[in-house]
Order: sequence, then structure tokens, then C-alpha cells
Amino acid sequence: MIPLLRHIFRTGILTEPSQDVEAGAQRELDRLQGEILHVLGRALTIREVDAGSCNGCELEVHALNNPYYNLEGRGIKFVASPRHADMLLVSGPVTKNMQNALLRAYECTPDPKLVVAIGDCGCTGGVFGESYASCGKVSNVIPVDVTVPGCPPTPLDLLRGILTAVARQK
Amino acid sequence: MYLCDDISIEFTRQPGMGAPVWRGRADSGAHLRSFADSARRTGARISAIWGSDLRKGGGGFRLHCVFGVEAGHAWLSLDLSADAPSFPDLADIFVAANRMQRATRDMVGIAIEGGDQRPWLRHGGWPADWYPLRHDAGAVPEFANEPTDYDFVKVGGEGAHEIPVGPIHAGIIEPGHFRFSVVGERVLRLEQRLGYQHKGVERLFIGADLARGAKLVGRVSGDSTCAYAWAYADAVESACGVEPPPRALALRALMLERERVANHLGDLGALGNDAAFAFGLTQFFALKEQWVRVNQALFGHRFLMDCIVPGGVAGDIDADGLTAIVEQCTTIGVELAKLRNLYDEHSGLQDRFATTGIINSDLARELSLSGMAARATGILLDGRAHRQGYTPPPPYAALGVRPATDERGDVAARVAVRFDEINESLRLLRQIAVSLPVGAIRAELAPVAGGSGLGVVEGWRGEVVVGVEFDVEGRLARVHPHDPSWQAWLALEHAVLRDIVPDFPLINKSFNLSYSGVDL
Repeated sequence: MIPLLRHIFRTGILTEPSQDVEAGAQRELDRLQGEILHVLGRALTIREVDAGSCNGCELEVHALNNPYYNLEGRGIKFVASPRHADMLLVSGPVTKNMQNALLRAYECTPDPKLVVAIGDCGCTGGVFGESYASCGKVSNVIPVDVTVPGCPPTPLDLLRGILTAVARQK
Repeated sequence: MYLCDDISIEFTRQPGMGAPVWRGRADSGAHLRSFADSARRTGARISAIWGSDLRKGGGGFRLHCVFGVEAGHAWLSLDLSADAPSFPDLADIFVAANRMQRATRDMVGIAIEGGDQRPWLRHGGWPADWYPLRHDAGAVPEFANEPTDYDFVKVGGEGAHEIPVGPIHAGIIEPGHFRFSVVGERVLRLEQRLGYQHKGVERLFIGADLARGAKLVGRVSGDSTCAYAWAYADAVESACGVEPPPRALALRALMLERERVANHLGDLGALGNDAAFAFGLTQFFALKEQWVRVNQALFGHRFLMDCIVPGGVAGDIDADGLTAIVEQCTTIGVELAKLRNLYDEHSGLQDRFATTGIINSDLARELSLSGMAARATGILLDGRAHRQGYTPPPPYAALGVRPATDERGDVAARVAVRFDEINESLRLLRQIAVSLPVGAIRAELAPVAGGSGLGVVEGWRGEVVVGVEFDVEGRLARVHPHDPSWQAWLALEHAVLRDIVPDFPLINKSFNLSYSGVDL
């Protein structure tokens, strides 16, 4: 146990008001973070739905939970059921084989039912587009509040997208 | 050269700098079956199966089977009639052929003679008599997207019941359906139904140019983008008779090893997390973040997408970049040793890892398993390493890769192999960085009408195979990317059998398979 605690102590706090974010953007993030509490009165819960991605977007969604971005420290957490979620974070393109599952997840999500479409594929269909197997962008299947382009979008872009969707709810 | 003594198929080696591939033709379905049977008895694996439609050029259909053999890979083709194409069921010889055959039937419309006839990739999104990879397929006929039921194998008996899981899973992972048959907590059977990620990738390759093909292949499975891009480049270069410069090959290996380390770091953290050891997730994800930030700084992409291109690589690296890589290998190596010690000493963690999700080497061979999961059963199979009768492609031939193995076959073994492979990759990265050849990073390349080639690369999960065929105008006629997860998904079905349902997430994570890579 002692070596474990020593390692935690030595690692310290890595969470950064990121070196990559210019000061203005950082202030904006802090402000938006305050708005989450104002709008929802509690932590924001997100259900991530991969509706057909190449799994690249999921790598970055995972990264959001690492200590550098520290999503939970900002009062945002991922939940297992859409019934417990305020927001759906959806990566695409939406495949024909996932169309029904995504629709059902959307129906199960209580209001305000925020939807953030992530990645070039989620925003426009990306390299895969619309085809016999793909419905294309997320908004072709469910209403979308905010889009976060990128292939894949960086964790900071994702964070900004999530916070923007909340801010628009005011 | 004859790869099987008793089967009269002559194989010739495909040109190029990639892993050794031997090409041959079978005369008939029976001939193909007898080769498969003979190959199986000499320890071969089935690596990939796909079909192509050659009717545009006046031919019929063609079935492609790739076998992993001692000398490398045997790529066997069988020409089929244009009117009623069919091929013999190979699943009784190679279990892993089952789903590949069904996918081939769903995509190209080549019938399977006997065996499992359930649809695989087609869930009801398009009609059963419409095949997306036929050149005259055209638009999908007017048709409602109505999901069809799947005929799961039923387990009977007193107290037996089913737990359906998915397609949307509890965590942040790709979609797929798992059907558990259980008595109490004990898992009697697990059957997967995949295909939810099917987004029509193979059809998009048809008629595409080389650059568009590279873009697509790098997004077959995002976590393996380097492995796919390299296998595709190998196949294209072989078809075009082009050899990439030595510096390009070394840089490709550098990227592939960086991809391996990034994924293994993430998995080691996630494995700790799935055993309720959140410390592991935090620590390893911090290391992974540091790792991918260096990717961004040196190559312009955190996961190195679009960095490997046909002919070479997209960007070069300078001396400062190489120094940064060597320094990072040292710091990560030090941290890794400390974390490994903490994992090894943590009794609660080891209690969850040890003897959980076991597959032995006999089963791994039976299932044609490759890569990290196969090595964790004690099988010394690594496309980057020398073995009896096999010389790895450059630059690995000169690097002397030492494959990591562990004979236990459980979650603990897959954790140990990941630790060992990271260390070996760190060593390789340092070696590549200090001995990087000078010169060009990209060779000129023009498509060759009617050419074809196969690329095989040892990705972080296992062997990634990409087959490429050009049409008469020099555009891509057919590209088939094959993920090692095809075989490993079957291993997961077996690995869970001695365990209880709550162990499934841990066992699943210990394989961390790709859905997108097999659903295409």
C-alpha cells in the first residue's frame, strides 16, 4: 500500500488548464463549466453512443477521462444507460445496422436530451458518407445540438463541444 | 514451390518488400479443400477469406483464401462461374472460416456449399438477393431497414437462461451483441452477433484512386491505422513493382511500434480499471497521453492517421525529433517498470487476473489465432520476428525482434505479454532512431492496370492482412482489409466459458478486439 501511495504522491496533479489552450479559450471553458452547474444544478451525465465509427473517436473520448483533461473533475461523467443521461455523445457515421439502436437510445434519454455529434463522420458522414450501409451524419437520424468535427476531434475540441451544448440550453 | 507436399499447387513468391506472400491457384473447390485440409494438418492457420467480382472483364467470380504457413502466407485463388458461383464450406477444417465465408456470401453473393447459412453482415438493411460488392449492384432497391432476428444457438436445461447484451454496451466502446447462456452466474455459452459497425467500407474502395484508398484503409479500425496503412501500402507496392526507400521503411516501423505502445498502455490501464483498480487507469492513461502528444508534435496526428502512404511515408523527422523519441522511450520505460511492480504486487488485482479467461495453445491453433493473444498462450508467432523457415520483412529482419510469450493463456498472461511487448517496442524505437537510414522518404508510384498484391503486417492485436486488386484503368477494383479480431472474437467466446458473468468485461478487455475492423 505504501509504494502505491508514494507513486500517487510522486505523480502529483497532472490536470492542466492545458498548455495547448490559449488563455482566452481557457477562461471560456471555466465559464462554461460554471454554467453546467447553473443550468443543470448538478453534474452533467453523458451516454456515449458509437453508431458506426472506426473507433478513432472513442480513443479521444477515453482520453477525456485521463488526468490531463480530468472530465470528472469538471463535473461531467459518462453513464451506462441513456435513461441516466442528460446528453448523448454520438460518433458516426450511423450505420443502417445501428439506426434502430440509436433511435431507441434517443427515445430513452430524458429531457433536455442534448445531442453532440462528434467526428467528421458524425458531422457530415466523413469518408464513409451515405451508402447502402450508412445513413451518414448523425443528424440524418436524430436531432443534433452541436457538432464537433475532426478526425478524430481532439479531447479539448470534445470538451468545448460538450460545454457549448450545455450553454445553449440556458 | 509447393507449400504442401501432397497437393499439386505451385506457389510463386509475390514481389516487393513486404512480408513473404506465396501465390497459387486452385483448380476446383475440391482442390481448394484438399489444400486446406493438408495445410491444417501441417499447422497452418486461415488468415483471410474474401471474394471478388470479375465479370466486368469477362470472367466470373473469384474466391481468395489466405493461409498462414511456415514460410509466410499462402494466397490461394479459386475461379468461380459467373452464373452460379459457389465454394465448399471450409469451416469443418478451419473453424475461423465460418464467419468469413458468411461475410463473403453476404457481400459478393457467392454461395457456400453446406455449413452455416445464417447471414453475418446483413442484418436486414438491404434485400437478401442484393449484393453490395457486385459491380452491377447499382442502388439498393426500395427496401425498409427492418432488423432481422438472428438464430442464436439455444442452450436448454433446467435453470438455463439467456442474458442479451448490446448492441450498445455499458462503456465507451463499439457496438456488438453478446448472447450469454447461463446457469446462475456460470457462463455455459457465449455467442456473438457482430456487423453493427458495417458501414460499407469495401464498396467505397471500388473505383477509388490510391490516395482515397489510403484514407479509407486508415479508418478501417482507428486504433490500428498504421498497421492497415502499411499493409495496404505493401500490397499496392507489390502490385506496382515499387520498392519504398529504406528510410521510409524504418519510419513505418517507428510509427507501427509507437501505435503498439500507445494501445498497450491504454489497455493496461483499462484492465486495471476493470478489476476496480482506478489507479491503473489514471497512471497508464497519463502515460498514453504523453505518448500521443509526441506523435502530434512529430507527425502531426495523435494516432498517426494518414502518415503511412503508398510509396513511403507522408512526412520526415529531424534529429531533434529522434532525440525526443529516444528520451521519451527512457522516461516511459522507467515509469512502466514502477507500474509493473505495483501491478505485480497488488494481490487483489492478481486475484482477478490469474486463471481468468483461459485459452490454451491447442485451442489458439484450432481457431487460427494470431498476435498478442496467441503469444499469451505460448505460441511463438510474430510476423516481425525470425522463426524456422521465415524471414521477417525489412526493417524488422535487421532489428532482431524478440517476441514476448507467456504460457498461461489467462488475463494475467495477456497483461504480462503487453508489458513485455511495450519494453521490446521501446528497445526497437531506440534502435530505429539511432540507426535511421538517410535518403528519400517516398518513391514515385503509378498504378498498374490489372495488378494485384497482398500486404501482411503484425499490428498490435495481431496480423493485419490487406488484399488489393486494380482494374484495367488502374483504379482500385477491390480492396479487402482483414482484422486479426475475426479469429480472436472466437477465442473470446471460448475464454469466458470457465468463468462467471462478472468476469466477462475483464476478459473482453484483455483481448480488446475491434468491431469496426471486422464489420467493415
